[in-house]
Amino acid sequence: MTAWAVFLRDLRLAQRRRADTLAAAIFFVIVASLFPLALGADPAWLRRLGPGVVWVAALLASMLSMPRLFADDAVDGTLEQMLLSPTPLPLIVLAKVGAHWLASGLLLSLAAPVLALQYGLDGPAIGMLVLTLLLGTPVLSLVGAIGAALTVGVRGAAVLLSLLVLPLVTPVLIFGAGAVEAVAGGMDSGGHFSLLGAILVAAAFLAPWAAAAALRISLD
Amino acid sequence: MTRLQQGAHEKLPAASPGDRVRVRAVLAAHDLEARRGRRVLFSHLSLSAAPGQLLRVLGANGSGKTTLLRMLVGLTLPAAGTVSWNGRPISADRDAFHRDLVYLGHAAALKDDLSARENLQSLMAIGGTACDAAQADGALAAAGLAGRERLPARVLSAGQRRRVALARLALAGQQRLWVLDEPFNALDAAAVGWLAGLLGTHLGAGGIVALTSHQPLPLDEGDAVVVAL
Repeated sequence: MTAWAVFLRDLRLAQRRRADTLAAAIFFVIVASLFPLALGADPAWLRRLGPGVVWVAALLASMLSMPRLFADDAVDGTLEQMLLSPTPLPLIVLAKVGAHWLASGLLLSLAAPVLALQYGLDGPAIGMLVLTLLLGTPVLSLVGAIGAALTVGVRGAAVLLSLLVLPLVTPVLIFGAGAVEAVAGGMDSGGHFSLLGAILVAAAFLAPWAAAAALRISLD
Repeated sequence: MTRLQQGAHEKLPAASPGDRVRVRAVLAAHDLEARRGRRVLFSHLSLSAAPGQLLRVLGANGSGKTTLLRMLVGLTLPAAGTVSWNGRPISADRDAFHRDLVYLGHAAALKDDLSARENLQSLMAIGGTACDAAQADGALAAAGLAGRERLPARVLSAGQRRRVALARLALAGQQRLWVLDEPFNALDAAAVGWLAGLLGTHLGAGGIVALTSHQPLPLDEGDAVVVAL
């Protein structure tokens, strides 16, 4: 109940601060659109680079909104109230991450097909790109939450967060982009896909605990 | 999650002065020590508060009042010593302790983009007590905010924001321990009277209130436990 209320509250906040919510998606679109301008318009070349570029842009865009996951609540004192809630903190963290993903990762996944068209990817590859983003971006939010919790109240949290989290999420990038490339090349992507799923399950189980422990330390 | 209900204090021990001696102390701290860097803020601090007792923390700015309150609720770990609730260390069963606790810190814990009512409802939900819009409006009206329930917290004054945060107390009948950091700050005379009434009722019903305040308290302190840092 408490976790559900936190989830709805965060969604409502995301909806009231639309500029912040859309910033990550716009950043994603701009970064992914810059590459064709810089690399030239050779269709084969772009088709080869497309999956990787879109995935890297999604990774960077999702890091953009991550520092604010707990920072706002820490500043106004809500985070203390969450630490003192009768509901276990990992559940509340999971609710916050879920709301954050809906307002960032889901938007990125939905914007991705348009970008994929720029790179001339074909139908199956575009479908696979969206699927891998739907599986991969929740992992980015979950692992990012650990970094956000560790850097609550730290000056320059955004840079520190990226340094902490980006190395940890490289497997997601490798398997995500790999699955799309495999499909684009006419190969089977089952292996990449299963590994992405396994990473998501592990992150969904472990990250809330780690983030909750980090929050207790950060607010001490 | 529990619903608000009347008569939540019925199971508490009676709090008349005569039998105070036999009542078990429920909030107790033993041999606490607080450090900031190498500086020791306080050490060997022990205290206990029984049902119906007010715990008042006094001290100059920077003497560690807020640190002590944060230790009592478990937000800050003491450098040494333990805090216990009903005879058990608070870290032993955190969720049960949190069910008995309301903590209001310096910050009002309000979101600028949410209305007064939404803020109060989400704070109550985080505190583990469901509260519908009518109950929230009732508490806000009692806090002197009738007609402002739908205003975003952004446009409220400092005193009004404080009132929204304190409106939680009007709905916090089940929580036996209230820990309040400077609750009278930024309040006008009417709100001070309202808050003093709430605290008095809570103490009368066998609750415990721990607070810091620089002003003389506008309520009967009775046999308050005073901790001077």
